Order: sequence, then structure tokens, then C-alpha cells
Amino acid sequence: MHNEHTDQHFQLRIDTEGHIEPRDYMPEGYRKHLIRQISQHAHSEVIGMQPEGNWITRAPSLRAKQILLAKIQDEGGHGLYLYSAAETLGISREEMIEQLHSGKAKYSNIFNYPALNWADIGAIGWLVDGAAIVNQVSLQRTSYGPYSRAMVRICKEESFHQRQGYEIMAKMMNGTKEQKEMAQDAMNRWWWPALMMFGPHDKDSPHTGDAVKWKIKRESNDTLRQKFIDKTVQQAELIGLKIPDNDIKWNEKTEHYDHGEIDWNEFHRVIKGNGPCNKQRMDHHIKYHNEGAWVREAAAAYKTKKLKKEELVIG
Amino acid sequence: MKTTNDTQFDLWEVFIQSKPGLPHIHAGNVHASDAKMALQNARDTYTRRGEGTSIWVVPSANIRASNPDDHEMLFDPSNEKMFRHPTFYTMPEGAKNI
Ligand SMILES: [Fe+2]
Ligand SMILES: [Fe+2]
Repeated sequence: MHNEHTDQHFQLRIDTEGHIEPRDYMPEGYRKHLIRQISQHAHSEVIGMQPEGNWITRAPSLRAKQILLAKIQDEGGHGLYLYSAAETLGISREEMIEQLHSGKAKYSNIFNYPALNWADIGAIGWLVDGAAIVNQVSLQRTSYGPYSRAMVRICKEESFHQRQGYEIMAKMMNGTKEQKEMAQDAMNRWWWPALMMFGPHDKDSPHTGDAVKWKIKRESNDTLRQKFIDKTVQQAELIGLKIPDNDIKWNEKTEHYDHGEIDWNEFHRVIKGNGPCNKQRMDHHIKYHNEGAWVREAAAAYKTKKLKKEELVIG
Repeated sequence: MKTTNDTQFDLWEVFIQSKPGLPHIHAGNVHASDAKMALQNARDTYTRRGEGTSIWVVPSANIRASNPDDHEMLFDPSNEKMFRHPTFYTMPEGAKNI
């Protein structure tokens, strides 16, 4: 199947904004890139449930608890949509989970930071989901059909996530001196990791070439990061939060906010497994995956038993 | 760190009807060990915000799809039969309600 002609035809389709569907011809590199990116995205949704799940039992009101539960359930759903999209490329869900557990597959670095207090739940929704949305809105136009459709569905659900987080922050900034300090402290801890979610600067990101050519990625890391900063500064100012970056300044010429240097050493340190929660996140996932094995075994046994019964009736 | 050797079950395609009277439209898929579990998972995964009034689930293995390579053979001939479209016909000037 692989020859010049099919590769050219494939690229032509991409160039004319056509979508690639599971049974269409695609170069191996395209398939591999997508499997890596979509499975990493799926793992991020699922691992991302942990820092927030930690606060369900301690939510300050019934309303807050219901909202948090609904948000976390959405994230589980996002993981499922994305695992499904990756499966259409020929990788099984078992394999993906195994790759997560062995460390071969990554998930978003942001979830290796802890949610220390209730203000963190506000900061996560507002900043982390906010950054994710900027990326996901752009990915709605990705060239692979199943991935693009998953993104459209996810984006519809995400906007409540960001709004509920911002509402928490706004409420705390309206509260006591201690509450205001908590909100600012959470802002200080989550701002920089949120900016790092967009990945290395364009000049330093090695995978971008093919991903852009194949229209898997539609906008560069720096472009997306800038969009997020430009949106968020006003929201922070409105409720009296300070961006923990003295170089944040509106630039009349570029019509964007300038910002200070991102600490990439910190980024690489956490990616390599030395963040505050890397081990905890993975141990937790493996533990509950293994402890749930009996449920899967019981369902499989029930299925076999039912099939046997049906055979008896027919026979 | 060996994890349990397990199955994630069969794949089921999910079709949702958003309102009575409308067709069921493909929404995505779920893993499930039987139809009952597939319906429950589909409900939890695809209809958390009033997206549906009815769900169909079909084992993915039972779906037969046309081959993308046959695209021209299957779909191009219909482009030549413009007389199947109402705009093909010339109506006498002044004809109304047709
Ligand atoms: Fe999500
Ligand atoms: Fe979210």
C-alpha cells in the first residue's frame, strides 16, 4: 500500500482541509504520532481526576460537592472519548493502560502538582481547564476525524469547568483576608505550571514539523500560550488577583501581553518524574486498576455463562 | 510493576436520538461485556446533559462498512444522474406552487 502516490494523495487531502478517517490510507508516522498524542491526552483526563477527587469529601457545601462530582465525571468521560479515538488507530485499551503503568506513555505534567486546599480547586478549574480549553478548541480542527469529533464533544462540556473554577476564585476574593490570601497563594502556585501545559517554546519543540504539516496540530505552542495569557490577565485583575509575574505588561505594538521567562528546568525536572506527586498518581492508578480486576472478571464470567445458556436453548 | 492481565470487553457503537421523531445518530462507542452494560455505559458517557431520549447500542463487530477505496465506484455514478434532482427540470414561466 505504501508508495509515493498514496502519500501524495494523503497530503493533498490534508491540504484541502479533508478529514482522515480510520479506514483511509495514512502514513505510519501519522498513525504513530496520533496514537502517542491521543493516548497521552486520554491519560491526562483520567489522571487529572485525582487532584480534584481528593476534595470531594471536603467540599465546603453540598452545592460545591455536586459541582465537583459532575466535573470529575466529565473528565472520566473525556478519557473514554479519547481512548475510543485512539483505538480506531489499532491500539487496544489494554495496551494503552499498560503503557501508562510502565511509564512509556506520559500524561500532562500539570497533574503532578498537589491540590493543597479548596482554593486550588478554584485555580485548577479556572487555570488548568482554561489552558486545556485553549488547546482543545484549536484541536477541534485537527485532521483526524475521530480525534476532531472527540474534541468537539469535549469542548462543549469544558466551559462549565472553567466557569465553576473562576466562580470559586471570585467568591474567595470576596471573602475574608485569609480566603483572599488562599486564593492568591493558589494562583501563585498554578500560574506557571499552567503556562507550561502548552509545552516548550516553538523554537525548542522537535515534533512540531510533521504535526503541523499533517494538520494534527493547528496552532503552535507559543501562539496557544499567548492566547491563554491574553484572556486570563483581565479575569485575574477583575477579581483582584495578581499574576505572579512582574514582567506581565500590555504591549501596544504586538497587542498582546508580554510575560517573563518560564522556568524550563522546573518543567523538565517534573517531567522526568521528580514532581511532587508523580509517584502518588501512578501508584493510585495501578492500585485501583488492580483492585477492580474482580469486577471485570465477574462481568466476563457472567457473559460466558449467559452465552452457554443461550447455546443450550438453541441446541 | 505488573498489572493484572485483564480484558476491557467488546466494543459497542452508540446511536442517540436527541428528540422523538428524529433519527438515531452515531455518538461514539463504549466497552461493555453485554448489551445491558453497553446501554448503561452509553447513558453515562453520552447523555449527561439531556442529549438523548433514546439509545441504540450495536456490537461494533456487527457493523459492515463500505471500503474507502471503492469510493469512486460507489458514489460517483450518482453525480451523472442530475435528473434525480428537482432543479434539473425547466418549468414553464409563470407556473406556481411547483
Ligand atoms: Fe477534560
Ligand atoms: Fe475539564
